[in-house]
Amino acid sequence: MKLGFLVDLDLCMGCKGCEVACKVENKVPLHSWRLRVKYVDVGVYPETKRTYTPLRCNHCEDAPCERICPVSALHYLENGIVNIDKERCIGCAGCMMACPYGAIYMDPETNTADKCTYCAHRIASEMMPACVVACPVEANIFGDLDDPTSHISRYIMEHQKKGGVQVRKPEKNTHPKHFYVGGGQVQLNPLAAKREEGFNLFNNITHLDHIGGH
Amino acid sequence: MVEHTVAATNAIVTLDVPIPEVIWGWMITLNMWAKSIGTGVVFVGAYLLARYSDRVGDQVKLWMPIVSFIFLNIFLLFTLLDLHQPFRMWHIFFYPHFTSAITVGAWMATVFTGIIFVMAVIAVKKYILKQECKIESLYNPLLKAAVVLAVPVTMYTATIMGEATARELWQTPTELVQMMLAALLTGSAVFLIIGGKWSYEIKRDLAIILGVSAFLSFTIYMGEYYFGHMKAEEVAAILQYVKEHGAYHVMFWAGQWIAFIIPMILVYFSLKSRSASMLYLASVSAIVGLYITKHVWLIIPQLLPLS
Repeated sequence: MKLGFLVDLDLCMGCKGCEVACKVENKVPLHSWRLRVKYVDVGVYPETKRTYTPLRCNHCEDAPCERICPVSALHYLENGIVNIDKERCIGCAGCMMACPYGAIYMDPETNTADKCTYCAHRIASEMMPACVVACPVEANIFGDLDDPTSHISRYIMEHQKKGGVQVRKPEKNTHPKHFYVGGGQVQLNPLAAKREEGFNLFNNITHLDHIGGH
Repeated sequence: MVEHTVAATNAIVTLDVPIPEVIWGWMITLNMWAKSIGTGVVFVGAYLLARYSDRVGDQVKLWMPIVSFIFLNIFLLFTLLDLHQPFRMWHIFFYPHFTSAITVGAWMATVFTGIIFVMAVIAVKKYILKQECKIESLYNPLLKAAVVLAVPVTMYTATIMGEATARELWQTPTELVQMMLAALLTGSAVFLIIGGKWSYEIKRDLAIILGVSAFLSFTIYMGEYYFGHMKAEEVAAILQYVKEHGAYHVMFWAGQWIAFIIPMILVYFSLKSRSASMLYLASVSAIVGLYITKHVWLIIPQLLPLS
């Protein structure tokens, strides 16, 4: 079994229901995110369009975070999930430096690294990840990539023919197990979209101080 | 990026989480800088013992392990302080993960520091306390082991930087060479400061090591600065930010001047005039400048958004 994720960006409407469900399910502290939805505005007024891109851990087959972790706090589960043992983590932040997707954060309450685990605890109880359940348009598709009859495998095969299945930063050679359908470069490549002061929906974002550590 | 210039592909991020603050900051810079000195004095000290043992042997045998031990402890202390869970450091020895350069480095650095500690004890007993030391005969075998082990201890940080897949600017092969050059630069600088009354011939050798290390290191940085953009979009974005007077523009050039250009000029005039007096300034300049250079190179790739 190799579990994977697929997000159909043509379906996603940016409601952030997945974000909230993830926060609640995993008790993610303020200022930290396991899953978030990025908004990118494309075009020039009045011809503009807003795109939405849910971003989470890619559970890479060759995960740089797993490789750099000095104590195996980050480790693979048999189902392909890259899991984290917070009791073992020493907080060196090597995984945060290694992850090309910015998917790992330092939990300000435990001073250990944390990230999306595809809700491994729910999967162990044969439940779907919280974000999948919360999505009102079924844009989040989750399942076994090794099973050619699974919903995710059939979805990938169907869209593969049109050349529409992508992963983030394939050049990093991490072999992500998180796919996107319907997205463009502006959504998946952080350098393809500008970040300009004054163009954020919320400009006065403040950081909470981390407890201890840095 | 070409898409920024075409109206139809114009794209602006309007909602994302803020870019995290710098993850590896000044403590990691201090870690790299102190380790350069800690291993550099072993390389250069071994060279001096091989070539000028009859003239400066006792002084080198005394100061090499002492200076190395002090700076290795600074390196280890700040490595520990930088952890968010420093009291779990023991996990690295009891739950080691050997694909991680952090683990391999920690093990090697611990063994290396142990060897240097024993050498320092022998040196202090013999040369400062003037007492008989029963393990004095171990000094030379330990020195050989220290020189061999100093190579991977110097270089392993480059592999950590390479394993930081998110930071395209750091390429392991280049950083391996930079780490070794930094060690030779600071090692020679420290002995130029320590060896106040040494003969010009010895200082000339040290000055050449200092000058050549500075030249090669500077050449690599300039190569990356001016030609790095040709291979990767991320590297291009980082270097463009520095070149366009970003926050680290002044610091980058200050580091290059203080660490490399000024020492190279001073070494040149010192060798030309056969005067060693300018070499003190060159040494201090190289040691201070290396910290600045390392710091800029550590921080700038962390400013890039990953999402």
